[in-house]
Amino acid sequence: MSLWSELELVLPEVSKPARYIGGEGGMVEPEHHPSKVAWLLAYPDTYEIGLPNQGLQILYEILNERDDAVAERAYAPWVDMEAEMRAAGLPLFSVDTHRRAGEFDVLAFNLSAELVYTNLLNCINLAGAPVRADQRADDDLLIGAGGHCTYNPEPLADFVDFFVLGDGEEVVTEINAAVRDWKRAGKRSRQSVLRALAAVEGVYVPSLYDVVYDGPALVSITPRFADVPAVVEKRTVADLAAWPYPKRQLVPLTEVVHDRLNVEVFRGCTRGCRFCQAGMITRPVRERPAEQVRTMVADGLARSGYDEVALTSLSTADFSGITEVVSATMDCGAGEVSVSLPSLRVDAFTVGLAAQIQRARRTGLTFAPEAGSWRMRQVINKLIDERDLYGAVESAFSQGWRRMKLYFLTGLPTETDVDTLAIGELARNCVELGRAHTKNPSVTVSLGGFVPKPFTPFQWFGQNTVAELQRKIFLLRDDIKRNRGVQMKWHDPKASLVEGIASRGDRRIGRVIEEVWRQGGTFQEWSEHFDYDRWTQAMDRHGLSVDWYVHRHRTEDEVLPWDHLSAGLHKDFLWQDWRDALNEVGLEDCRWTPCYDCGACTGYSIEHIVASAVPPAGGSQGTGQVPTGYQPPRAVEVQLSGVGERATS
Amino acid sequence: MNPNQAPRTRIRLRYSKAGRIRFTSHRDVARIWERSLRRTGLPVAQTEGFSPRAKLHFGLALATGYESEDEYLDVDFKCADVAVPDVLDALVSVLPDGIAATGGSVLLPGAVSLQQAVTICDWDIELIDVTAEDLAEWVDRVRGAATIVITRERKGQQITDDLAPQIRALEVGESTSRGVRLLATLGTQPRAARPSELLTVFEPQYRPVLIQRTRQWIEQDGARLEPLMVGAAPAQHTPVGVQ
Repeated sequence: MSLWSELELVLPEVSKPARYIGGEGGMVEPEHHPSKVAWLLAYPDTYEIGLPNQGLQILYEILNERDDAVAERAYAPWVDMEAEMRAAGLPLFSVDTHRRAGEFDVLAFNLSAELVYTNLLNCINLAGAPVRADQRADDDLLIGAGGHCTYNPEPLADFVDFFVLGDGEEVVTEINAAVRDWKRAGKRSRQSVLRALAAVEGVYVPSLYDVVYDGPALVSITPRFADVPAVVEKRTVADLAAWPYPKRQLVPLTEVVHDRLNVEVFRGCTRGCRFCQAGMITRPVRERPAEQVRTMVADGLARSGYDEVALTSLSTADFSGITEVVSATMDCGAGEVSVSLPSLRVDAFTVGLAAQIQRARRTGLTFAPEAGSWRMRQVINKLIDERDLYGAVESAFSQGWRRMKLYFLTGLPTETDVDTLAIGELARNCVELGRAHTKNPSVTVSLGGFVPKPFTPFQWFGQNTVAELQRKIFLLRDDIKRNRGVQMKWHDPKASLVEGIASRGDRRIGRVIEEVWRQGGTFQEWSEHFDYDRWTQAMDRHGLSVDWYVHRHRTEDEVLPWDHLSAGLHKDFLWQDWRDALNEVGLEDCRWTPCYDCGACTGYSIEHIVASAVPPAGGSQGTGQVPTGYQPPRAVEVQLSGVGERATS
Repeated sequence: MNPNQAPRTRIRLRYSKAGRIRFTSHRDVARIWERSLRRTGLPVAQTEGFSPRAKLHFGLALATGYESEDEYLDVDFKCADVAVPDVLDALVSVLPDGIAATGGSVLLPGAVSLQQAVTICDWDIELIDVTAEDLAEWVDRVRGAATIVITRERKGQQITDDLAPQIRALEVGESTSRGVRLLATLGTQPRAARPSELLTVFEPQYRPVLIQRTRQWIEQDGARLEPLMVGAAPAQHTPVGVQ
């Protein structure tokens, strides 16, 4: 039953009430039925951030196309709305038919950032279910989660009934079948549905595993039953062409981020940037056929009325035949369509592409060199030659751009002040290049603190302390302060620390997340609500050491909290890549070079799907042009004690 | 040909806004119109410059949360032979639930903008937790007041206004399942008086559950004209949907 008549009394009292009304183009008002599994797909952040999420929209469509499932959506209510809801006794609700969360069978979250974890607990609580999984009754909501963060699900293991690893398109149907059978049999035993879910490949049910510790150290995470897998493998869709979703992208009535048509042109990336979890866990590269991209763009524009389309992927300039696809896109809708290409490579070819799509409005262009020195870029395997970067910048300024934004990470393994200061040097040189073309060239340096992620070669690296990150940020700030044309922005190092706690934490971190939530710590990814002291105090109270969880380097033999899960990558491949990083040895993109057996293809008997057999023209990033100082990978042993900035606090 | 000299048609459209979509803002509605018109494929004129936008001209903003049966916007088309019935037909399948185009007329060149032309609006305000008798007494007090001073904030400064001359009519309407209706006619010049301001002038302050703009009027020489009639081109472009 709809809560609308009650909601419309509180909506005049809250900011941006259109967040809660639904009514998007493409929205479904599905017919619920006892024989169908009812899914409430939730994004644990505001509507504006969550609505565009493509993963959630894909599952929404796939489920609603089935005759044994219905799916609706929910988003975290902003603090003012939450207060009104709690005062009026209103639960979490769907925006589609304004049905209470308790009327669904599954509440499934998309998790793409660690700082939303407390929002997940808050949503479970608002939905009317106990936040701890072991306190839920047979007919309470089943709580699920998918998305990149679930590659280390342990910090949320006490609250979530089941996690899903990898691409959701196929597994969601198998999960639906397990829940459907349980529901049709009268939802008698929660344990039985959890066991059935654990039998689905790609599904991890944390309550079916025993965790053993030895003091602060994790000893093992092992299944309690013989039919529960010892290692849960991720799911990978072999061919993106089989899944042309979303077919009816939601068109919101109110403004959201990325408010445009989004068409995913490929999934996966094998550039091999060692800090990048997305690039590691989404392998192999699977391109969508160019013809299908064209159809999805044309159909999507016609039905949505958007005049902007983003061709999305982890590095869109790498798409085979990108030039032709961009041209075809711009010819849609009588030439009034603009194209955006998020995640651009740093080279002149890319700038040429950008020039093609931004024929009129050339305001700003963003590049991500990630590190200031060539040595540092070899460590992280972001093999951008300085000639490429300056070539790209020169090309951009000469074609009319006046502002450039450069993204960098700080706190990387083996980083010294020489590397940090190299960022300033690089930015200054870019401004100088601009002076030949414009009176006031502007370069903004955006600096983020590096947080090591599971299933990357840097998963063993001890994250820099807040003090060390802050010192480096100020070092750079002071260095570039006097330079006209160079601006700097940075991410709060305290937020990076909290991300670090959750990123590689084990099951014991759940108590900390619960305590921060109980104290009102929601929307931690919003700076006005972020409360650093709450996190560190909660760590202290539970006897958990920030140094142990965040700043400590891990050893090769250490049991990691995600060792019982698999992203397809061999652990010895990751370890070797970590050693190569410390030796400043780069690794080429395997899309166009022989396989070095990371495991992502071979383990699942799948392959890259790449239309072009040769790398795109221009640029040194694994594209065949061997940059200065580049050496092929080789096996070298080094001592770990020489690594990076040792934790000092 | 210089695009500014190209043949143009300016069409004034009337539309309604009701249901859940009433919680969208004026800006949201502008974006909805842009997308919807693009979907029709009609030849809407674009602004010049780096980021071309559809040439749409909106009238008085409707506050977020209010419904309306009588909203207007003027749309410029880049050719001379656009017919109102064709525009209305094309909009039927592209506008979202809750917004419906209900009429239109071709404007003569040089017609005054909606924002300037509309002088009064009729409002239907549904109040809860009140009886018709109490509301009648409240209405008498408001109508009997010589001046009604309200303060509001504008650009960080407190400004005082007299609301009394802006209240052109005020009466108790029908009772509903939830409460009682208050019917008001409020002036819009030089600044539009808001129903929410009216509800704060005297104690007790009644709580509205639904506020609806029912009509907008242009007063000319003592007569009340509806916006589709003012500035409309002659016979061959007979306005559609005049009430």
